[in-house]
Formats: sequence, structure tokens, C-alpha cells
Amino acid sequence: MLMTGAQILVEELIRHGTKTIFGYPGGTVLDIYDELYKNSHRIEHIISAHEQGAAHAADGYARVTGKTGVVIATSGPGSTNLVTGIANAYLDSVPLVAITGNVAVSLLGKDSFQEVDIVGITQPIVKHNFVVRDIAELETVLTEAFYIASSGRKGPVLVDIPKSVQRATYEYTGKCSPQKDAQAPMPDITDAVEAIKKCERPYIYCGGGVLTARAEEEVLALSKRLSAPIALSMMGLSSIPASYELNLGMCGMHGKAAATIAQSKADLMIAVGVRFSDRATGNVSEYTKNCTVVHIDIDEAELSKNVRPFIELCGDAKLILKEMLGSLPEKRNDEWIKTVLKYKEKDEFETGAEQFRPKNIIGCVRDFSEDDTVVATDVGQHQMWVMQHYAFEKPRTLLTSGGLGTMGYGMGAAIGGCIACGRRRTVLFTGDGSFGMNLNELATAVSQRLPLLIVLFNNGVLGMVRQWQHLFYGERYSNTTLQRKTDFVALAKAFGADGCSVSGLSELRAALERGFPDDGPFVLECRIDMDEMVFPMIPPGGSVRDIKLG
Amino acid sequence: MSERFTVGLIVTNRHGVLNRIAGMYSKRGYNIDSLAVGETEDPRISRMTIVSTGDEYIRTQVVRQLNKLYDVKLAVLLDEDNSIAVEHLLIKIRTNGGGNGAITELLNDYGGKILEFGDHFIVADLTGKPEKIQEFIEKCVPLGIIELCRSGALALSTGNTNILSIKDYLPPEA
Repeated sequence: MLMTGAQILVEELIRHGTKTIFGYPGGTVLDIYDELYKNSHRIEHIISAHEQGAAHAADGYARVTGKTGVVIATSGPGSTNLVTGIANAYLDSVPLVAITGNVAVSLLGKDSFQEVDIVGITQPIVKHNFVVRDIAELETVLTEAFYIASSGRKGPVLVDIPKSVQRATYEYTGKCSPQKDAQAPMPDITDAVEAIKKCERPYIYCGGGVLTARAEEEVLALSKRLSAPIALSMMGLSSIPASYELNLGMCGMHGKAAATIAQSKADLMIAVGVRFSDRATGNVSEYTKNCTVVHIDIDEAELSKNVRPFIELCGDAKLILKEMLGSLPEKRNDEWIKTVLKYKEKDEFETGAEQFRPKNIIGCVRDFSEDDTVVATDVGQHQMWVMQHYAFEKPRTLLTSGGLGTMGYGMGAAIGGCIACGRRRTVLFTGDGSFGMNLNELATAVSQRLPLLIVLFNNGVLGMVRQWQHLFYGERYSNTTLQRKTDFVALAKAFGADGCSVSGLSELRAALERGFPDDGPFVLECRIDMDEMVFPMIPPGGSVRDIKLG
Repeated sequence: MSERFTVGLIVTNRHGVLNRIAGMYSKRGYNIDSLAVGETEDPRISRMTIVSTGDEYIRTQVVRQLNKLYDVKLAVLLDEDNSIAVEHLLIKIRTNGGGNGAITELLNDYGGKILEFGDHFIVADLTGKPEKIQEFIEKCVPLGIIELCRSGALALSTGNTNILSIKDYLPPEA
């Protein structure tokens, strides 16, 4: 059937199962938006306040659903505004297709109005990108884009479509299939199985790859089979229920001490879907001094990149773990479990029960939430507190910026996550610094009537940077004391939302009991002390010996 | 141990491919010593030879990262024992109006030939292993090099492994 480029795009989005897209209109995407208008009964478009918010929303949507998120922006500034969102998705391996408009093919390369080389700009932060100069390629390119984004190690793909291509017409088949990569052979697990059988103190380390491969059950079964404790990278949080006895929680710089100590005592580590980020390992040579590493990852380039494993297993984590479970006998190891649980017990440091401190605040909000409530965070101290203290029970309920550490990620992600989970109550934990970056998306949450509970930790400072200044820069608080006078409740109201401010636990509990609107966001400002810090902490490049507990 | 290594690639012949490959090297901080690219017997596919320097870690990373790129159909390490690498040199050497006996002798020794005699210079070309080309250039320095141009190494495997045949990578016929 003969169709315009804009029509082909909309048909391809629908054919790939896209129900909701995020974006912002502009000059070079007018034709696409015209088609979206005509097809609004088939595909929903959410307009953000800024393209960055739309990119984060598509990212959050993808993390919750496991499907590819789609974001659309116009050329020039519209497309450059996507850059942080695309980089964020790249670092966290989130499947995302970004569609950008561009000037007509005849105007490309002439520094035309709102023209930038977005394909050049985004090249280092995408799995792949395309500029479609000929409408004959459009259908194939879009099919490939969805395939690349969601296959292997997932990630963002950008498709730049000049306006003239959107307006041109071509025969649409609707049957294009991607050029699939040859199926990688299943790796030989014999050596890994032998090593695991021989070890005495096994330790499982899970990352985001466990969630993408949906290998949560297999990891849990392996842990039970081997009496192996599990530690999670930040990206791996939510994959294993917090209530599972051998789940030690997050490891790394601000991870639980038990996770770090158990790792240092283990003689074998089964690392699943992790990339051994410097924030997770600290000093790499100390990190693997005592243990053999079996590394399972779908991306071959991650094997031996940061940590030299004893055994590399490249492939789908779920399939590999299933095969392993078929060859590994039950191995009870009460001694090791006892030791590990002792570490875990020591982890539960007490804050005074009634103190208005992060751990207690997060605990109250957790009591108010369901196990499947989607929780988004921004970046900084509040993010680490959530990782440490919020009990995640269900996979894909956490949206957080891991690799890139994007302050301002939270608002967009919470919007995307809320829409993805059927517009049910979604919680965003943020800080006054992060919130300040993209609070314009409150407008989106209001117009979309999204029941977001925004828990805003307000300490008046950029807490994480200030913490480093306190510990490593002689308490010289350069530019981290904000001295703003923002009235967040008034701000929420100005956006058409509501809010309240609390500074004690009883006030917080009362607010939670009163409940929140079902048809719009609510800003719950928690005024906390600026000297709160995140502990435990292993200073950068340090090891288990350097843990600061407070 | 850091040493020179050569990677052979089969890539799609599309605009921007070179950029993506060079970008991978630069973003990871690896230096490209030489790069040669040209069409294969099928114009949809190009072949590249990239020489760089690094230890075993870098060699493994380079090949694995290259193989992740969408436009790279295959990248393999071409080890010295099982491959042949050749480079092409064009060089313009001063003759100062005098005789060119020394130059001719040098060219004969290295198997090069003179392409053009100018008033005060000759243009010669030479093909051979990159080390041989390097050696030749060093010997030309005292004679007076006006300008030169090197192609970068081209490499093919000589054994039965790491053969970069394009036939498995041709796009389906439209």
C-alpha cells in the first residue's frame, strides 16, 4: 500500500506493539504529529514539558514493561535535548527507539534552521543510529531499529527522518523482518559446573541483566541449591525479593556492609548480568583476590573488561542458569550461611525509632506502598537511601539512573513508569537538587492526571557532593549550599498539583494516612538535616578494609 | 605486553561506517596506527585493515567491541604467523639536480620503482611489509624527503582460519 513516510512510521510503531509514545512536536515532525492526530485511537502520545523528560519517560516505560520505549523529538534543539536521556538508556541497557525529525534531505549539511547532525552527536551513546535519506529504506530501517534495541544487550537506537522523507510516498509492506544475528551457540558450562561443585563459599552477584533476561527465578533456585548468598548491583535491585533470607542487598560503594564482607570471604563468585562498574567493585585487584569468578553476560565485550573472570560464559543468563541447575546437585552449607547471616544481622543499624531520618521516612512510605508499586528515584543521597532501605519485592518496580547517574531522571521516569503500570499510584523519591532539574514535568503529570507521590527530601544542599566535600575536601562546601527559598508546596499548587511539607514522623504518617489524590501528583516535602550522610561508604578505589560505617 | 596488532574487518559499505569504527577506538582510548579501507568484490561490502598497539587486554577488547557494532559484520585478529601484511609507499625525494645513483641503488635494494623523474626530484613507489617500508623511509631521510604518503597496512590471512570471506555477509537480494 502506498503511504507517506509519516504513515509508514506510525504503522511500524503499531506493528511493533507500541501503545504509548512520548515526545514533543516541532517544525520537522509536523507530518508525524499529523499522523499521530489521525491515529490517536490506535496509539497514545504523551507530550512532555521538555524533550529530556520525554526520553526519561520512554526509558521508565521500557523498564517497567520490558518493551521498547519510543520517544519523538523535532530537529535541532529538540533532538539535542534527548541526548542525556539516550545516554542514560545506553548506560543502563534500556531498549529505546528515539525518532527525530530533520530538515529536508536537500537542506541537510547546509547548517539549515534547526539542523544538527544528531546521528554524529549520539553515535557514542547508541547501539546504532540511522539517518533515512531515502524513503525506500524507511520500513527496513524501522524494523531493524526495533530489533537492535531489543535484542542481545538492549539499548537505544536513534532514527533520524528528514522532513522530505516523512512527506514522500512509498509502498508499505508491513511484513519486513529484521536481519537477525546468527544465534550464538550455548556456551560450554562444564568447567563452570566443576568449579562451582568444588567451591566452599559461593556468592552470587546479580545485575540488571537478570531483570532483562527474566532470570530471577533461576537465580533464586541457584542460591537455594548452593546455599549461596546474593548481592545485587544497583541495576539488579528488585530482581530478588528483599525478604529472601540470603539476599544481602546492594553491594558496592554505598552497598550493605554484609554484601561487601561476604564477597571478600567468598571463594567463588557467580556474576550474572553485571558489568563490574567501578562503583560496584572499588579496587578491582583487591576485589577478586580471594575468589574465582564465573561471569555470565550476553555481551561478550563485558567479559574480561573490568574483572578478569576464571570462566567466561557468554549468552542468555536464563538459559545458562537453567542448564547449570540441571547439572548442579544440592549443596547445603550451613556454616557459610550462618556466617553470612551474622554479617547481615550486623547490617541492621538502628536509627532512633522516632527520628525523622531517611531510613525511617523510607520505611513509612514503604509501609504505605504495595509490593508492586513502581518506585522511581533521582540521583544523589536520597537515591542511595532508597537503595539501602526500601524493601523491593517484585522485579521491575525500581526505576533509577545507574550508569549515567542522571540528576533529573526521576520525574520523567516516574511519569513513564506510572503510565506503564496502568496509571496506578507511583512513588518518586527525589531530592531538592535533582527535583530542581526537571520539575517542569510536574506539568505533564498534572495534565495526564497521574497519581504520583513525590517524596522530596529537602536538605537545602546538594547532599552527595557535600558529603564528598565533607569527607575528602576539608569541609569546603563549594557551591553545594543552595540558599534557595523555593516553597515546594506553593510550587506544586502553581502547577495545579497539591502538596504538603512535613518535618516529623508523626506528621509524615498523618499525611500518608490522609492519602493522596488519585488524579494528579502530590509533592510530599520532607525537611531533613543537611548533615545526613550515606553510610556505609567505601571511598572510591577502596576495598572491604576501608568501609566507613558512619 | 604492548605490541602492534592487526584487525581485519568486513563492514557494510555505508556512509558513517568509518566514523563509527574510529569512534569506538577513540572513545575507549585506543590509538589507530594505520587504517586502510576499500570496497570488496561486492560494492555493498567493504574491507578494512586496522593496525594499532596494545596488550592482550586491549586486543581482546578491540575485537569484541568492534564485533558489537551493527555495521561490522566480522572483525578478527590477524596474527603475524598466519597473515600477510603489505603497505604501499609513494615518496618524493630530492635529487638536487645531481645524479640519483644513491636513490636508484636504494630503490633496487628494496624493490621499488621510479614513477617520475622531475627536475630536482624523483617520485618512487614501494610495496612491502610495514617494517620494511619504515626502514626504507629512514634511509631516505638523509637524501632529502620532499613528501611521502603511506597507505597503511593491508592484511590477509594466509592459513585456513580467519578468512574474511564476504559471502556470508551479503544483504539479502531485494
